[in-house]
Amino acid sequence: MTAALHIQNLTRHFKDLVAVDNISFDILQGEIFGLLGPNGAGKTTTLSMLATMLAPTSGSATVNGIDIMKDPDGVRRSIGIVFQDQSLDEELTALENMDFHGRLYRIPAAVRNQRIDELLRLVELQDRKNDLVKTFSGGMRRRLEIARGLIHHPRILFLDEPTLGLYPQTRNHLWNYIATLAKDEGITIILTTHYMEEADRLCNRVAIIDKGKIIAIDTPKNLKDALGGDLVTIKSPDLPGVAAALREPWVIRTETHNDEVIISIRNADQYVSTIVTILNEHKVPITSISISKPTLEDVFLSLTGRTIREQDADSTENMRIHRKMTGH
Amino acid sequence: MEIIYAIWLRNMLRFVRSRSRIIGSVMMPLFLLLFLGFGLNNVVQMPGIAGSYLVFLIPGMVAMSVMFTAVGSGVQILWDKQFGFLKETLVAPVSRLEIMLGQTSGGATTAFLQGICILVPALLIGLNVPNLPGFFVALVFMVLIGVGFTAFGIALASRMNDMTGFQLIMNFVIFPIFGLSGALFPISSLPAWIAPLTLIDPLTYGVEGMRYGLTGVSQIDPFICIAVSGGFCIATVVIGAYLFRKIQ
Repeated sequence: MTAALHIQNLTRHFKDLVAVDNISFDILQGEIFGLLGPNGAGKTTTLSMLATMLAPTSGSATVNGIDIMKDPDGVRRSIGIVFQDQSLDEELTALENMDFHGRLYRIPAAVRNQRIDELLRLVELQDRKNDLVKTFSGGMRRRLEIARGLIHHPRILFLDEPTLGLYPQTRNHLWNYIATLAKDEGITIILTTHYMEEADRLCNRVAIIDKGKIIAIDTPKNLKDALGGDLVTIKSPDLPGVAAALREPWVIRTETHNDEVIISIRNADQYVSTIVTILNEHKVPITSISISKPTLEDVFLSLTGRTIREQDADSTENMRIHRKMTGH
Repeated sequence: MEIIYAIWLRNMLRFVRSRSRIIGSVMMPLFLLLFLGFGLNNVVQMPGIAGSYLVFLIPGMVAMSVMFTAVGSGVQILWDKQFGFLKETLVAPVSRLEIMLGQTSGGATTAFLQGICILVPALLIGLNVPNLPGFFVALVFMVLIGVGFTAFGIALASRMNDMTGFQLIMNFVIFPIFGLSGALFPISSLPAWIAPLTLIDPLTYGVEGMRYGLTGVSQIDPFICIAVSGGFCIATVVIGAYLFRKIQ
């Protein structure tokens, strides 16, 4: 497999803020690749640079083998992009929005009409093609934007937070579309998300990005496996006591967070009674105890010491800066 | 060309779809024309100018309609920015110049058609165009006002971040341009100290040019009118294209 995307030491500063900090990685052809991280982590900035909307401060990248600095128009022709915020003309119909895009990419009328027809069928909007976009639901708009991004047959499709603000059911539906696209059309898909579940369900590989840096990059399975088996979360008023009591050979890792201790154990269900016995012997009180399979949320927590949700609460300021910079 | 056409086409689609907006923006100059025209017709004596005030007012109201629509069409890109649509255009493999020229042609056409919407009823209420060439002269000036002020609107929008500044611009830039242009009164009747202001107002030449075409009388030589209006078009398109290049 060849690289669809090659990123080397890509960096972007906004005055004092380092939005993207010296990142390097490759994305393979046909992959669904996720950039996962909290708001303000630098996902959209990275995407904007790859789509040649924003010049990097330093570093380089090639998209479909084309250098983003030397031939931005070449890059633009070879990619499709769906922005985080809607970018449809609501006063036009679905068909007119598609047609406008086809004309902007200089696709001859016959080919254009045929592709528009196929794509509207693919996203199941052919019955609504003559309706104004302002009558569409959020999910329909997203589907239309994805279809529109594909008219010029891009080899890479960028999706910036594709399911942000959608209902869970619509989200599931959209995931199926995206997975089908990658499989049937062989398109490389790069998506940013701060939904762990989305990255887990959809992506072949995930890069976890935090404060502008890539802190892990692997398949969701490997990332979760690296935590070592199942997670046992123990809440107790005496967290150091819990951690001290459970220094057993079968405990792979122990992490203490705000109000809980998380230990990794293989086949955790067989150890629950043992854990309770040990803690009782050490006279450590237990508030609650639960077992879970690790999720990417746990991976993020383990890597940064924060949950993505906590980070979101903290990052209002970052987001504000980010929005100002990108002009949202 | 096909990019310019695509953007022009989008503007036309939006125009024909927005019937309420068309009616809304036609009614204002039309009412002004009717109220001021009929109301002041017998009151106003214009020194040195023959003919009724109503007929005098018609070119001014058409020019007003064209100019306001044109500025609005130029500033449309600010709305496109706010609603995200501009990104779709900016990320396409097309040059900023093509986008700017597309929006200018679309906006100018919209403004021209709005002007026609005033001109046709005006013909019904008493405008006697002296000759057919004169009528076409007026159309040429409508195009020039349309192009110049759409590009002017794009230039303004390129320098603004959001719509909050727009009201200010309307009150302190656009309205004075209209008010000083001689659309409502003969520029010769102004006090001497305001006269230079009317002469640096580009719309003055558009209004006077149209007045020459539609009524056969103007206070400024029609050749000067066409030269200044044409020059204004070129200048605003160049400045608009330059400023639009930097839009994010």
